[in-house]
Formats: sequence, C-alpha cells, structure tokens
Amino acid sequence: MADSKYLVGVFDDGDELLHAVEDIRHQGVKIHEAFTPFAIHGLDKALGYSFPRMGVAAFLFGITGTLCALLLTFWTMGVDWPINVGGKNFFPFPTNIPIVFELTVLLAAFGMSFTFFFMEDLGPTSKPIIFDVRSTDDKFVVAIDLAKNKLSETEISKLLKESGASEVNVKEV
Amino acid sequence: MHVVSPIRETLVLNGKTYHDVTEDICKQVEGKPTKEWKIVFGISVLVLLYGTAWVFWTWWEGLGVWGLNKTVGWAWDITNFVWWVGIGHAGTLISAVLLLFRQKWRTSINRAAEAMTIFAVICAASFIVMHMGRPWLAYFALPLPNTFGSLWVNFNSPLVWDVFAISTYFSVSCLFWYIGLIPDLATIRDRATGTRKKVYGALAIGWTGGAKAWARYEDVSLILAGLSTPLVLSVHTIVSFDFATSVIPGWHTTIFPPYFVAGAIFSGFAMVQNLMLVTRVVYKLEDYVTLEHISLMNKIITLTGSVVGIAYITEFFIAAYSGVEYEQYAFINRATGPLWWSYWAMMTCNVLSPQLFWFKKVRENILVSFIMAVVVNIGMWFERFVIIVTSLHRDYLPSSWTYFTPRMGDISDYIFSFGFFFTAFFLFSKFLPVINMAEVKSVLKSSSEKYPEKKKVTA
Repeated sequence: MADSKYLVGVFDDGDELLHAVEDIRHQGVKIHEAFTPFAIHGLDKALGYSFPRMGVAAFLFGITGTLCALLLTFWTMGVDWPINVGGKNFFPFPTNIPIVFELTVLLAAFGMSFTFFFMEDLGPTSKPIIFDVRSTDDKFVVAIDLAKNKLSETEISKLLKESGASEVNVKEV
Repeated sequence: MHVVSPIRETLVLNGKTYHDVTEDICKQVEGKPTKEWKIVFGISVLVLLYGTAWVFWTWWEGLGVWGLNKTVGWAWDITNFVWWVGIGHAGTLISAVLLLFRQKWRTSINRAAEAMTIFAVICAASFIVMHMGRPWLAYFALPLPNTFGSLWVNFNSPLVWDVFAISTYFSVSCLFWYIGLIPDLATIRDRATGTRKKVYGALAIGWTGGAKAWARYEDVSLILAGLSTPLVLSVHTIVSFDFATSVIPGWHTTIFPPYFVAGAIFSGFAMVQNLMLVTRVVYKLEDYVTLEHISLMNKIITLTGSVVGIAYITEFFIAAYSGVEYEQYAFINRATGPLWWSYWAMMTCNVLSPQLFWFKKVRENILVSFIMAVVVNIGMWFERFVIIVTSLHRDYLPSSWTYFTPRMGDISDYIFSFGFFFTAFFLFSKFLPVINMAEVKSVLKSSSEKYPEKKKVTA
C-alpha cells in the first residue's frame, strides 16, 4: 500500500458527485471509493455495488435467538425442573412468547450490527485511509487508484474537472 | 436537478450550509464548558450525591425507609419505574417509528431523544433494583443454573419477562444510539488534534463515509428501526402485564397494553419537549429545533393524550359494564375515594390540558409548550400512582384498608433518579453532538430555505 497513488476529486454537492461518478464510470474509469458526509441515495448503485443485504444477517441471527430462547425456556421449564402449578402444562407455549420475542430481537440487532462492523472493518483500533478530512464535513470526495486505471493522471483529472469537481488532488498512501 | 415541493415545511432555518451544520454542532463539543453548563451540571451532581446517599441508606436500612405498609406493597418505587420506562419510549419512537414513516423532522431531535431514552431506562432499572430490598441478590432474576439456588426463574412470570424486555430494550437502544453516532464521531475526529483525536478516533471505529459503508449503514439503520418498533411496543406491553396478569381489581384489564404504550409515548414526548426547549437555548440551536418541531411534538402530545383519555373512560365504562362489584368499586374509589385528588390531577393534566394544543397560538408558544410538558409529566406520574396505589390501598379485606403516605426515603430516592438523569444528560450534551449532523445534512437540501432557491436558479 505504501506506494499507491490516488487521484482525489473533491465536489461541493452530493448530486454533482453522483452524476460525476456516473459520467466517469461511463468513460471507463475505475473508482476506488466515494466518500460523503452523509448517505447519498443511489451512489452505491452508481458505483456498481450490489444491494446491501444486512437483512440476511439479521434474519440468521434472529432465528438463532428464537431457537435459543425456545430451547432455554423449554429445557428449564419442561425438562430440567418442571414446576407443578395447579396441574397446568409445564411448558405453556404462549407465556414463552415474550422471552422468545425479546431474545430474537436482541440477537438480530446485535448480530447484524457486529456483522456490519466486521464487514466494514470497523473497530476501535482500525486505521482508516482518509483521502480528504473534509469528507466528513461538507465535501463529497471520489478517490481513484491510478495504478488500476489505463487512463493517465491528467486525463482523469480533466474528466473530474469537467464533471464538476472543485478540486483535484493527489494522495499517496 | 433537485426538486422540492413548495409545501414542504422548512426544518433548518437561516440558510445553513453543510459546513455551518458541522460548526454549529461541533462547537459545544470542542469548546470549553460554558458557565451556564457548569452551574446546571454542578446542581445536578449535588442532587445526585444527595440521592445516592439516600439510596445507600435505603439498602443499608431496608425498605422500611419507604412509606410502604402491609396493604400497599408497591407505591412510589413502581410508579417511578413505570414513569421512567414510559419516558424512555420516546427516543426509540422518534428514531425508529419516525424513520419508518420517513419523517424528516426527526433528524434534529433523535440524538437527544435516544440519549434521554438510555438514561431514563437506567433510572427505571434503578427502581427495580431498589425495590428488591436486597439488591445484591438482583441476579436471582436471571436464568442461572441450579447451583446458584434451587430453581430456574419462572418464565411464566411477567416479572421475568420484564427483566428480559427492559435489558433487551436498553442494550438495543444503546446500540441504535451508538450506530447513529458513528458518522458524527468521525466528523469530530477529523476536526480534532491530540488526545481528543485519539479518543473520538477510537469511538468512531475508523468510519470514513465510503459509499459501500453508507449503503450498508442505511440498511442496518432501517432494519434496526424495524426491529426496535415492535420492541418498544413490547416493552411497555410487558410492563403493563406486570399489572394486567394479576387478579387485583383495577389492574386486571385487557386494555392495559395499548393504554400503557400510548401513555409512554405521551410522557416521553413531553420529556423530549422539555429537554429540547432547554437545549436549543443553551446551545443556540434555534435554527435546528424550530417552532415547526415544537409544534409537531405538541401535536403528538395531543394525539397520545387523547388516546390516554379515551382509555381512562373506556376503563371506567368496562368496569361498570362488567357487572363485577369489586371492579366497579375499584373505579369509583379511584375517582371519589380518599385518593381522589390524585385521580383528578391525572385527569386534568393528561386529558384536559393537552387539548389546549388544538389552538395554533398555544402550540407554537415556547413557554406554554414547556409548562405543558411539565404538566403532562406530572399527570403521567399520577396516572401510575393512581393505578398502583388506589388499586391496592383498599383490598379485598376491609380491616386492612389503609392510606399511603410517602416518607423521606420515597421522596429522596425519586430525587436520586432526577440527579442521575440530568447529570448523565448534561455530560452527554457536552461531550457528544446533541444533534445528528449527518442526518440533518441529508435533509438540508429538501428542508432548508437556502438550497431550493439555489436550485431554482440553476435548474
């Protein structure tokens, strides 16, 4: 990574960035990533990313929670230490719904969120590459890895300028 | 080009740019604490210290420091618990339900409301631990193996459901709040130097705002909102089951779950209103928390207040209609018995007073909104007091009929929760951004005065 050279296009507006990304990808430029202060809807599609499927993680963790909770309540109440309360069922299903529901939500929420942290390599010790510090404030930034592109630095720079970039900088990491 | 409907209300005033948003919100995190902040924080800490001393005294001496007696075994403790849990509902409601409904006005109040939720739930939990009398045995409520005692917990008991509901709600709320904070923590990290950069950098967990991360982030937020919405409804439903599954007249009613949830939203919004009205002045956020926001919150207060009012009347009607003498007596006693004043305080504060918000002038008056929010919270406290104490104090056995009088222990332990709540809220509002910068920026184009104008020229 030490000698990668990136071209960083800085835009003042999210919509301009979105259109610029569409334009320059159309010209065959490969984009490393775009960085924005807030979510720009449609940007992931413009960059050719597939639809995020965090719901799959939520579902899998959720169903794990459901099964664990059922196992816990069934085993403790029905198997390990059944209590006779007026001759009623040892394991009445309806009264276990609250516990099952809560544990489903708990595991789905935490499982999905930690899957997200893992997928995005987010953690207290992660050292991200920040192409432009203003991208968390008011600038919309697109980073292009020059080594992965056939076009030259000046050509890409020109394309970025034409599509509305207010600045084009070079960043070596 | 970006098209904005002319009827869309302005949510961010005075033509703020993206950078202005960052500056305005980061200012309070980065600057030295102001004199006003030091004063209010100092007072909160003093109140907390006083309360903490009393909580320790409660644990040392036992529940005899409270005014409970043989007949009234639950009073201020569970009243405070339900009251705080109810308040804690607004945060998730604002961030999750309003997110699902795509209500853009949530963006400038959701952060503070979620923080408030977390602190309110901690206050609520503290009363649960306190009322156990022997808090060092609180782990008995957890499903621990037999070697700890003789039995597992009883999963048929609403009290056990409550432990699961409250702890799930607390942890999922913390998670939701933290995930919402990540982009803003990154903003602060990228502006900071030295130790602050390290601390906020670790908290921001390496967020850069990449498009892939944002797409997943939005997906995660939406699913968390979808999970939190039934969760928030389940929590107060389960709290109401604590009462509804019993056989006490006045508690044993099927209307409790929806009625408790409506009441929770009602009191929660009132507390958010109180906190935001103070915060917007202290941190000069009048451009973000506008009269429009205040008015919208007042509308929700009126709606939920009316729902609660209908629930009160329905309860009364069903008691009469049921033909059950005990049930009928419980309700007549509520309105005309020795604790009549608490019933009518509840009726006036919760049902009558919010009706004033039908008038636009009242709804958009800041002072009236503030006073009304306080009134609503007083009313909602009395609602729980009425449900708990008036249902208990005249039980099946007339020889044990009694009255409840609070003692210093009741009052001081309640004061403790205020001390904790405000200390925590002031710490939050100093060290973390009180408004969700990323979300406000995302609605800036469609909801500020400046951007539509600019776009009209270029379009």
